[in-house]
Amino acid sequence: MSTTQERRQEYRALFKQNVSKRLVVDKAVRIIVFACVIVAIIPLGSILVEVFKNGAAAISYEFLTEVPGSIGSGEGGIGPAIQGTLIIIGLSSLIGVPIGVMSGIYLSEYGDNKLAKSIRFFNDVFMEFPSIVLGIFAFLMIVLILGHFSVWAGAFALSLIMFPIVARTTEESLKMVPVTYREAGTALGLKKWVITFRIVISAAKSGMITGILLSVSRIGGETAPLIMTILGSSQFFSSMDVPMDALPLRIWRLSLLPYDSAQLQGWGSAMVLIIIILGINLGVRYYFASKKGNGILGQFIKKGASNKK
Amino acid sequence: MGKVKLPPPKTGSRLISDKIFKIGATAAGVYVLVMIVFLAFQLVSESYPIWEENGLSFITKTEWNAVEGREDFGVLPYIFGTLVTSALAMAIGVPLSIGIAMFISDAPAKIGGPLGFLVELLAAVPSVIYGLWGLFVFRVYFVDWIEKPLHNAFGDNIWLFSGTPFGLDILTASVILAIMIIPTVSAVSREVMRAVPQQQKEAAYMLGATKWEMFKLAVFPYSKTGLIGASILGLGRAVGETMAVTMLIGNATGISAIPSSLFKPSQTMSSIIANEFVEASPASLHLPALIGVALVLLLIAIAINVVAHILVTRMLKVKEGAINN
Repeated sequence: MSTTQERRQEYRALFKQNVSKRLVVDKAVRIIVFACVIVAIIPLGSILVEVFKNGAAAISYEFLTEVPGSIGSGEGGIGPAIQGTLIIIGLSSLIGVPIGVMSGIYLSEYGDNKLAKSIRFFNDVFMEFPSIVLGIFAFLMIVLILGHFSVWAGAFALSLIMFPIVARTTEESLKMVPVTYREAGTALGLKKWVITFRIVISAAKSGMITGILLSVSRIGGETAPLIMTILGSSQFFSSMDVPMDALPLRIWRLSLLPYDSAQLQGWGSAMVLIIIILGINLGVRYYFASKKGNGILGQFIKKGASNKK
Repeated sequence: MGKVKLPPPKTGSRLISDKIFKIGATAAGVYVLVMIVFLAFQLVSESYPIWEENGLSFITKTEWNAVEGREDFGVLPYIFGTLVTSALAMAIGVPLSIGIAMFISDAPAKIGGPLGFLVELLAAVPSVIYGLWGLFVFRVYFVDWIEKPLHNAFGDNIWLFSGTPFGLDILTASVILAIMIIPTVSAVSREVMRAVPQQQKEAAYMLGATKWEMFKLAVFPYSKTGLIGASILGLGRAVGETMAVTMLIGNATGISAIPSSLFKPSQTMSSIIANEFVEASPASLHLPALIGVALVLLLIAIAINVVAHILVTRMLKVKEGAINN
């Protein structure tokens, strides 16, 4: 009897030791994992705070609308850069969105063969191509052949970044539409393209729009491909065949200058750019969050939006 | 039972318009293949002069001289620069990302959702703004708090920490790169961890495992391939990243760009292109050399991404199988 009693005690002690060790390890891992999240969010917070704090000092009506002053003077503004960014986003969407959407339709509606499989694969790989290489491609295809920098080259380069993203999201959202919808269309004797455009796409609209806008927010911040295609300029847009300015390019050039005033203008441009891009990004996500109608953030943004009204 | 005779299918406008639709969609799908072929062809043919001049020694040479008459180009230092910065970024970023994925995949939706969203917002910040922030904010703190102490403690004994900590160097660029790959790696890792069947986790809990032991027993062994794939996907991002690195790496050229210490300026393949492309004259060897650099960069990026995609899709396919069973 006594031996079992002692043994029991012994086992209990061993068990306690074992469990407490394991619980300590578990606690430690929990803390480390939580710290990882905090460490990742600190840079985001710091970037936003610095951009808005430093940028706000630079913002004025002249800064947003005028052409840049002479280098280092701290005068003038970033009007051409804002205009250029809007133009380049519009033009590249004009090229990239139709191709991306049609490609997504192909992958979703005709996509059960070998060709589609390889297209899907290369689409994914193409999405990860370094953007600067796509810029060089646009340079070789358009700038070198025309003999001058061209807005079209920039738009082409950005459309190459855009269309795989659009194709991917279009495919994903078209696939979410139940097959029965398509069958209903076929039973009514509709043509395939009518079914696709009138039934399937209208059911998958919100997913597609999300994809398109997210791709817009992605290309809006691209700098590398613009260096060798639209080069940058300090004049407002005048023709497709001369260099044009864009916000990311302007930020880069300003950051290279050794003047405090240039740095200030850089922060101001960064603030405008980040408002445009995070605006699109958050707007899209808000749209989704409000559709589902849940989540703290969705409600939070919803409140913000209703206050603006 | 009499068979119902169906009218013959209508030919004419219906078939033609559907055919046109199908052809249009197929053409848009094939567009990506055409672009890849064009891209490869253009890069090879336009960089041909440099391969003709140097042969494969273009890859192994360390000189970089664009002065007319003494032109000499080799891409080796920039390959080193790219690989070293990306590897460092992985070493810092991947453990962090996996930690984040663990936290978010396990936290209740009310906490995990918004936190995951914040981490994903990191991906929405443009590269050039990372560069600006790194240059004017991060660098200042980083030099004072990390680089100088490291240099003072180990600088004399370990070559890794020699050199003058100035902030425009390999380490700063790598840390910024690490921040930039976190959203990619953590998002994919999270998906991969979600793909682990619930029964596996419950089985581990039932054996008395703590949360950490559950991850060790059930999640990691199951999702290993996918996690490796996610990390390699992050590596692909890091290799192709241009602007933030260009602004922070210090832009050395030639032999001095070969990394000899964490606190020395260097150069990556993408940053040398960003820095010199506009000044390069198409008539000289300078432009073909830069296009040659782009070709090498593209090949490395493709190799990395193909491997990553195969690993990730294999993992997610396993998930589908598990659900069906």
